[in-house]
Amino acid sequence: MKEFGALAIDAATSQGATYADVRVMDIRQRYLSTKNGETAQVRESESLGLGVRVIVDGAWGFASTDDLSRQGILSAALKAIEIAKASALAKKQDVQLAPETKTVDQWEGPCRIDPFSIPVSSCLDLMLKVDAELRKVKNITLAEVAMDFNRIDQLFLSSIGSEIRQIKNQTGTGFVATSFAGKEIQRRSYPNSFGGQYQTKGYELIEELDLLGNAPRIAEEAAALHSCDQCPAGEMDVILGGSQVGLQIHESIGHPIELDRVLGTEANFAGMSFLTLDQLNKLKYASDIVNVVADATPAHGPGLGTFAYDDEGVPAHNTPIIKDGLFTGYLTSRETAAAIGQEHSNGSMRAEGWNRIPLIRMTNVSLLPGEGGLEDLIADTGDAIYMETNRSWSIDDRRYNFQFGTEIGWEIKNGKRTRMLKNPSYGGITTEFWNSCDAICGPEEWTLWGTPNCGKGQPMQTMGTGHGASPSRFRKVQVGVAYSK
Amino acid sequence: MTGITMLKRERAKEIFKKVLKYSTADETEAFITSTSYSLTRFANNCIHQNVAEDGLNLSVRAVVNQRTARASTNKLDEDSIRQVCEAALALARLRPPNPELLPMPGPQMYRAVDRFDTESAELNPQVRAETVRTAIERAEQDGLTAAGVYSNGVHVTGLFNSRGLEGFHEETSSEFSITMLKEGSSGWAKKTSPSCLELEPEVLADLAAQKALENHDQQDIAPGKYTVILEPAAVLDLLGFLFFDFGGLSVHERRSCLTDRVGQKLFGENINVRDDVFHPLQAGAPFDGEGIPRQRVNLVEKGTASNLVYARSTARKVKKTATGHGFPLPNEYGEAPMNIVMDGGKTSVDDMVKSTSRGLLVTRLWYIREVDPYQKILTGMTRDGTFWIEDGEVKHAVRNLRFNQNLFEMLNCVEAMGVPQRTAGEESFEMVVPAMKVSEFNFSSSTRY
Repeated sequence: MKEFGALAIDAATSQGATYADVRVMDIRQRYLSTKNGETAQVRESESLGLGVRVIVDGAWGFASTDDLSRQGILSAALKAIEIAKASALAKKQDVQLAPETKTVDQWEGPCRIDPFSIPVSSCLDLMLKVDAELRKVKNITLAEVAMDFNRIDQLFLSSIGSEIRQIKNQTGTGFVATSFAGKEIQRRSYPNSFGGQYQTKGYELIEELDLLGNAPRIAEEAAALHSCDQCPAGEMDVILGGSQVGLQIHESIGHPIELDRVLGTEANFAGMSFLTLDQLNKLKYASDIVNVVADATPAHGPGLGTFAYDDEGVPAHNTPIIKDGLFTGYLTSRETAAAIGQEHSNGSMRAEGWNRIPLIRMTNVSLLPGEGGLEDLIADTGDAIYMETNRSWSIDDRRYNFQFGTEIGWEIKNGKRTRMLKNPSYGGITTEFWNSCDAICGPEEWTLWGTPNCGKGQPMQTMGTGHGASPSRFRKVQVGVAYSK
Repeated sequence: MTGITMLKRERAKEIFKKVLKYSTADETEAFITSTSYSLTRFANNCIHQNVAEDGLNLSVRAVVNQRTARASTNKLDEDSIRQVCEAALALARLRPPNPELLPMPGPQMYRAVDRFDTESAELNPQVRAETVRTAIERAEQDGLTAAGVYSNGVHVTGLFNSRGLEGFHEETSSEFSITMLKEGSSGWAKKTSPSCLELEPEVLADLAAQKALENHDQQDIAPGKYTVILEPAAVLDLLGFLFFDFGGLSVHERRSCLTDRVGQKLFGENINVRDDVFHPLQAGAPFDGEGIPRQRVNLVEKGTASNLVYARSTARKVKKTATGHGFPLPNEYGEAPMNIVMDGGKTSVDDMVKSTSRGLLVTRLWYIREVDPYQKILTGMTRDGTFWIEDGEVKHAVRNLRFNQNLFEMLNCVEAMGVPQRTAGEESFEMVVPAMKVSEFNFSSSTRY
């Protein structure tokens, strides 16, 4: 790897690049899925390649290749130079980068059990047992189970002399029980929807989640949703389950704090942000009990946003984003940090693969825990709706008007969980919603959720992000909005 | 040819010969794909990202004793080809047998489609940068800020199997999209085509600029049901959420909104939709993920959901004929129509506005998600230009609105349609769709900028 990278750096700098960095990435994936008692997908892939990013004439160029012959690497470096020179035809000023020091280091993420060492047949056996449990319940018309194992081995080299090797294992798993009855499709997912739970760890995640033990409950809930009442509509208090709080953080805090969005460089696709620069350290983003950090350090936990260095060679940071309700920080890159006069990047640049440039991505954007368990919180709540597991999510291009739906809900009456409710949804305005938060459950309810499918950039990049969250209560929320007529 | 490394048929065949040499499976299939793609991205009136990629991928599917699995690599040396063949076979052996697994198809005949444009393949970064600079100059004429992309690429797919099937498809792609911004207002335009000559970047820049200039002093309107005129991009992004439900397997598995509804009149009499890869405004290969020739399929005829599409395995399961819409095996999704063509009408957007006493003109939609899979209720926001119409004239811009709209109801309320055009949005794959005038469109809230 080092040989490939060094060749590209030398080629770029000898051709006039004032800065160059290279990522050589070797990515291995195994994906397994079952459906209704049968094995569906069994596939493995490997992808090895190199991307070289340069600044020439004060402008950026990037080229990538999987041809790792000497000629292939030199061609990629020269193409990056040519592209940067073209970029300079339409520049307003030279690219400025916040300073960073040379680093030589290596890091390997947590992985107790190598997922690739587990026989595929053992994985499928467990998945088919889960599948069978789901289909024991009447009216489950579709049972789906998946496991996803990824190993990313990456070397970063830059023209300031940095050389950083990082190896990460990312594991994901989940299952879905779907029920069609009458004129309705209902679903329940475990441990989360849209892929399940993902973390930077090995097969131990599968063992921790007890898929088999949770299958009967989830299937029964999916079937029971048909006969329960529709979630009422109107202004009321809500308690959100931890994974839904995680997605709420992702959409209404994580994206708007991306400084590239704020500065307009995502305007044509992902959009911009309501968090204009004048809001920093002034906006009352949330209620006093809300504290949010963007923490990529391994100490925060094995999230999908955990690493030792970002893809610009900047060390992982723990950045306060919301402190006692006050908006205090953005996610930055070397270029955007320099643009707003900050001394250093806080290390938020990541690329999906060797063929993509790094972009500002959420690391682990987490809501710090409060205190107490979920049942304590419910007991402390008069009348409300408890909502669990995301079903739909949508937010405007400045991250201000949002609407979410969840798979299931329960009515809370006089501090007790009562009837089950189907098709729950709620909507609101980001800052009003977070300022209505008046209770956050404690560390015993806190989970570092993984969102494996965050899309951004052109060409589109999919990235995994982490969101620590525990169940939380929000007052006077508009409920039932998705079914409003 | 600047920087473009294309996979040629002969090279793909050589790779497949090696695959056959190393594979000891009962049956073997290889997907060999190459991509050379470049994209120039601009914002704040300058180029800020400018990228290129070249890649070649080999994906091998092995079948042994009614078991199948896939392994892929982008390393094409002898050892790696041998290893990927062994990996596919080893994975297949580890899974339970599937008694319903069909033998791989034999040789097929494909109707030719010509979607390769040399100029698009050769478009270099200097030409893209100069085009972008012209768009920026257009922005600066009116004190606007431009952001967007200009891209081009060459995409090659070779599909071979040990029963003699051979499919090969070369295609170019190009895209120009642009957002113009000015103090709280914005406008947007986008076009994609296999040929960059079709893009007309200057026209798109002008369209986006006009929108941005008109989209000022946005006023609030109360949420509620309104007549809307949806420009083609808005139509596309809504309809994109409907057509995966036309997969035969999704209906068979009762996860489709068409479950128990196929053959029923679900939409207005004026709704006709087909899947047609051969349409001159469409793109894509004439074969599916197993190499079955794509067929033209009428999906909706005079409002009736008349036909579904079928991969081979689904077709056998439900006793239908395969239509050539399957995804590569093994997969859990089955199939989907990916070349949607919707009939339209002859009413221009201007005439739709003139015929509207009170309503809204919508440029595009954003962040659409399905909130109910069987009622097919979608939510999302308007973006980059929403305008109030009164007495047949556009009166003023309005703040963006959130909708929660049942698609069945919407397609029963289409009052007028424009000429169908190749359309690109951000939520769905490209389709050929018209602009639409729709009554009773349900907006549930507004945003505050």
